[in-house]
Amino acid sequence: MNDGTGLDRRTFPERVGGGIAVLVTSGPGLLHAQAAAHLYPEDFNAYLVIGQNGRVTVFSGKIEMGQGVMTSQAQMVAEELGVSIAAIDMVLGDTDRCPWDMGTFGSLSTRMFGPALRAAAAQARLELPTLAGQRLGAAADQLEVKDGRVAVRGEPGRRVSFGTLSQGAAITHVLDGKALLRGVSEFTVMGTSAVRLDATEKVTGEALYTADIRVPGMLYARILRPPTHGATLTYLDASGAARLQGVTVVQRDGLVAVLHAQPDGAPVALAGLAADWKLPPPGLDPDTIFEHILQASGAPKEIVRRGDVAAARAGAQQVFESTYEKGYVAHAALETHAALAELKDGRMTVCASTQMPFPTRDRIAKALGMSGSNVHVITPLLGGGFGGKSADGQAIEAARLAQITGKPVQVAWTREEEFFNDTFDPASVVKVASAIDRNGRLTLWDYSVFAAGERAATTFYSVPNARIRTAGRTSYGTQAEGASVHPFAVGSWRGPGANMNVFAIESQIDIMASAAGVDPLKFRLRNLDDARMRRVLQAVAAAFGWQAAAAPSGRGVGLACVIDAGTYVATMAEVKVDASSGKVTVMRIVCAQDMGIVVNPEGAKMQIEGGLTMGLGYTLAEELRFHGGEILDRNFDSYEIPRFGWIPRVEAVLVKNDDVAPEGGGEPAITTTGAVIANAVFDATGVRQYRFPLPPSRSGGMPLMETLERRQSQREFAPDSLPEQTLSDLLWAAGGINRREHGGRTSPSALNAQEALIYMAMPQGLFLYDPVHHQLQLGIASDVRRVTGNQDFVDNAPLDIVYVADHTRMKPVPAAQRSPCAFATAGAMMQNVYLYCASTGLSTVIRAWFDRDALSKAMGLVPDHQLMLCQTVGFAATGKPA
Amino acid sequence: MINSMDVTLNGRARNLQTDDDRTLLWVLRTHLALTGTKYGCGEGICGACTVVVDGAAVRSCKASLKTVAGKSVVTIEGLAQKGALHPLQQAFIDHGAFQCGYCTAGMLLTASVFLKENPRTTRDAIVSHMAHNLCRCGAHQRIVDAIEAVSLQGGALS
Repeated sequence: MNDGTGLDRRTFPERVGGGIAVLVTSGPGLLHAQAAAHLYPEDFNAYLVIGQNGRVTVFSGKIEMGQGVMTSQAQMVAEELGVSIAAIDMVLGDTDRCPWDMGTFGSLSTRMFGPALRAAAAQARLELPTLAGQRLGAAADQLEVKDGRVAVRGEPGRRVSFGTLSQGAAITHVLDGKALLRGVSEFTVMGTSAVRLDATEKVTGEALYTADIRVPGMLYARILRPPTHGATLTYLDASGAARLQGVTVVQRDGLVAVLHAQPDGAPVALAGLAADWKLPPPGLDPDTIFEHILQASGAPKEIVRRGDVAAARAGAQQVFESTYEKGYVAHAALETHAALAELKDGRMTVCASTQMPFPTRDRIAKALGMSGSNVHVITPLLGGGFGGKSADGQAIEAARLAQITGKPVQVAWTREEEFFNDTFDPASVVKVASAIDRNGRLTLWDYSVFAAGERAATTFYSVPNARIRTAGRTSYGTQAEGASVHPFAVGSWRGPGANMNVFAIESQIDIMASAAGVDPLKFRLRNLDDARMRRVLQAVAAAFGWQAAAAPSGRGVGLACVIDAGTYVATMAEVKVDASSGKVTVMRIVCAQDMGIVVNPEGAKMQIEGGLTMGLGYTLAEELRFHGGEILDRNFDSYEIPRFGWIPRVEAVLVKNDDVAPEGGGEPAITTTGAVIANAVFDATGVRQYRFPLPPSRSGGMPLMETLERRQSQREFAPDSLPEQTLSDLLWAAGGINRREHGGRTSPSALNAQEALIYMAMPQGLFLYDPVHHQLQLGIASDVRRVTGNQDFVDNAPLDIVYVADHTRMKPVPAAQRSPCAFATAGAMMQNVYLYCASTGLSTVIRAWFDRDALSKAMGLVPDHQLMLCQTVGFAATGKPA
Repeated sequence: MINSMDVTLNGRARNLQTDDDRTLLWVLRTHLALTGTKYGCGEGICGACTVVVDGAAVRSCKASLKTVAGKSVVTIEGLAQKGALHPLQQAFIDHGAFQCGYCTAGMLLTASVFLKENPRTTRDAIVSHMAHNLCRCGAHQRIVDAIEAVSLQGGALS
């Protein structure tokens, strides 16, 4: 199974420079379930080597992407071997040096690989006294292992260090499963919050990520991408690029790339490629995708069936039927996919940001027609993964280009490529029908999930009649898989499928609790036999200070729980919902987690907090916009991920449970984020949300005829800044999206070109309104208000809106008509602002006469961006309205 | 076109012989081998490429080299002084204010400029000032904790 590097256990010690090595083998009864499942097969690589200098090198096929396994695995070895964590060096994700590994995903590192690694260290600890016995003149059973030394028990002076024992040794030990793991009561390193081993290098900038690695003579590649998934190249003229100095053009088997000795030289060359594409017919969009998923997912597969679902449905007083939906979500790790490939002496070495070094090695070998033993993958630190770097297209691209050119080649995707090539969390649908009896006990649970998969789909609630079905893809591979259901690649996204399943299950439970008039916590406890889950729920309630009340209580508190990756999680949250805008602000999240033995408590808390924080994104904002295979979100200007201003107080509580081996920690908490916030929003408003991200609702303002009566221009302003909510409502009135299903806006534009850009000049800078995500993006951090007009009040008023027409968006409009059409759009927007101001008592005035050249320059506008109008807004000079 | 240009880089005077139309980020990462400054979005949105130019936080992915001619540029490699970590660097370690570490250089440099100008500040002001630096791992709360802790130490930065 393992196509390794051909080492054997006799030559291995020479290769690692002597010392004591503990090797992997799959002897009988070893490595528990992993060996049986062929997850860790026979292999002549070492788990750990004790060097002659006394340092212990640990080899792990896992990778470090921020989740902290570098540190937690070092802790495990330090604990079982009896050395200080400072004596340990970690080698991660190197296919020549580390034992085979399937990849870093699924919160598996600690619960699946952990026991194997601990066993290797425990094995070494068992063997060391035998080696030491001769030197010390004592029987092995008189010796003890501690602090990197073997000493005669009761005579601490008679001792020998690991390093000394290793000198001249070329000894390998094969795991035989005789070693016992240390018990929790003996722990001195595990269970403590060791500081991350990668901490200092990460704050000093010394930490190396893939794109930071440079070798002499390397070239930087940029690859020609289609405008949409499914497009085919019909014409290519590379002569423009080929003429540029220092540019290499590669065209082979569908791969078109330009290479340059500088990373900023390659994009210039890319612009020198002239390409035509045949586009696929117009396809799905974020609104038609859900119906498509229901139709294209195929027949559901039953994974749970008990009792009589049909009879329970027929006998139910009321059946609660719901449909839940969630759109595509991007991984959006801050580090884009990167790889550096070099062919030397017939071997291809590839540094790559991948979560799966060994499968990546095999995929590269296949793509290159090479033997796996001639491909070496090295994995530096990853700048975030979240499942997105289980896909490794960049590594194959770099290896192919290195093979073709004979030079070392770096492929580092731009942010636009990262969005385009991502394996998105799939859009998905859940349909559920459920019922309760008079006592508020579950009688029916009929649950079908489409395209999210079965993770966390099975229920831990006690319900006598249940059917659980899944349809569509239930597991994910790499790019392009799943394309029959989805218009582009999808894949695993932190807690794959579970985010959706927990949203649907825990919302549905809340619906029934509310219908029964029972407090959501009491309702859950009434329907749960699982003692661990009951304990976790009680722990979170205590930490949160939960006060029992049926929802909606108006307080804005909610609850959700899950069992995922062997870990039990219960989360409570408090939200505020703005009455007029519907905007949700999360005030506080408390999460209790029972993950068995905790290897590094602070590290575990970081994962919980990080997961809950990341989860705010898919809950409140993240949904990929696309049109067929065209990915419309290509950077963080339109694709919004959580920002500092969104972050509530997040509190993690670890529920002690040393009776259970360490379980998964990277994913479980995030899967509760959406559900807990949706439930808290219901508690605040009485409005149940069935789709992520949660939409804002709108009400407020005065009747239209009264507003029109008050509409006027005013030219005296107070300097007071406008509240954030006012800015938000004003922008939405000017040109926000009011019909999300097709992106319709509050003001018209010719041929729906939506060419108007709304800039906000404020003292702290110039901001551009993003209507899709209803937010402001900082343009330039300087005050340009003065340049927007000649009148004195422009200096004083807190806000000058500048309307700009982007002519590049008006291509369907005849050139001669573009300017008048654009003025009409801006005119409609400015009148909307007039009406909003009249309705809320603000002052405003429109201005068309200003120094257009000076303002264009101050704003840094490009020639295609034409200034339209300026509009000043503020409180009346006489003071704020009551 | 190759130009000659003087710049003070991490406290040391340097003469650069390179095309001054090049983007500062790529000059730092290649010509100067300072790879602590990261590419994140290329559009000045995420803040991973932040460096300090004459005391101001600047997005190096949107700055051409010529805009720093004759100026002082500090990158993450220049934040620690004589081997001693800057108080913010130590606070980031103490508070666990990073996971993958990719946004960390930009966070530290943005925060260092802010605290230099506002040595004693508030949590709300920190949150507001850091609004345009992105972190995907969800370390936000601990980043704010770390910056606040240094602010509470007051004069530690002067």
